Amino acid sequence: MKARVHVMLKNGVLDPQGEAVRHALGSMGFDGVNGVRQGKVIELDLAETDEAEARKTVTDMCEKLLANTVIESYSVELG
Amino acid sequence: MKAAVIVFPGSNCDRDLAVALERAGADVTMVWHKDTELPGGMDLIGVPGGFSFGDYLRCGAIAANSPICRSVISHAEKGGYVLGVCNGFQVLTETGLLPGVLLRNSGLKYICKPVSLTVKTADSAFTQGYAAGSHITIPIAHHDGNYFADEATLDRLEGEDRVAFTYDDNPNGSARDIAGILSENRRVLGMMPHPERMAEPTHGGTDGAAMFTSLVGQLADA
Repeated sequence: MKARVHVMLKNGVLDPQGEAVRHALGSMGFDGVNGVRQGKVIELDLAETDEAEARKTVTDMCEKLLANTVIESYSVELG
Repeated sequence: MKAAVIVFPGSNCDRDLAVALERAGADVTMVWHKDTELPGGMDLIGVPGGFSFGDYLRCGAIAANSPICRSVISHAEKGGYVLGVCNGFQVLTETGLLPGVLLRNSGLKYICKPVSLTVKTADSAFTQGYAAGSHITIPIAHHDGNYFADEATLDRLEGEDRVAFTYDDNPNGSARDIAGILSENRRVLGMMPHPERMAEPTHGGTDGAAMFTSLVGQLADA
């Protein structure tokens, strides 16, 4: 089973890289971009075939390594 | 005083830290990240600067989950002393031994230069060689040194006198100008500036030396 983990900075945590991208877009003539937030996508190829089990394991992975929950939120997509 | 310095793939200040401790009189052992146990009888564990595991995923995140770090955490939980410098500070926040996290510098640039710090507290084995309120010059060299924690955590750090150092001219966007913090029991210090790079006259200054002499003096008596 494949899992896709999306990791994003939480609201309220300044994202200087997103800000730099927003500035670059503005200077390229892309107007009207009010905000840019940059995150990560992590794809996992799992041996597990049970969806509930896979979700439980991937959530544990997120809590322990894939995300730092002090500053990041995550979501898990399976399929 | 016996100290261990942890070596991760990508550590590059491990020898500097070991030399600074040795010059101050410590007996230093280097410990590889794949080891599962620290050598016996260690007073201090040094987690050095560098780019452990290439800063992949997040700075310090993979090192924080390496086999030796479980022993470092249990050393700290038993009341042992731990010093994390630069990448070592990032590793300590990732292990949860210190609160908060180091984000990308607000200016997005890697910064390598001597900076002026204020010693905020002399109440720790690390900082008792300095006068609280004194200014010292120590180099920084980092891309991700922008200290972040929620407001309640920052209030608690300040209220409990756990901010060890602040920047006099904040170079990286750190909350409340924080450059280094102590754990609740004051025995774990994480700091972005490099005291081991300002520890003898040939470094261009010796403002970092007091940290190592004071640690060795304190822990030798312990």
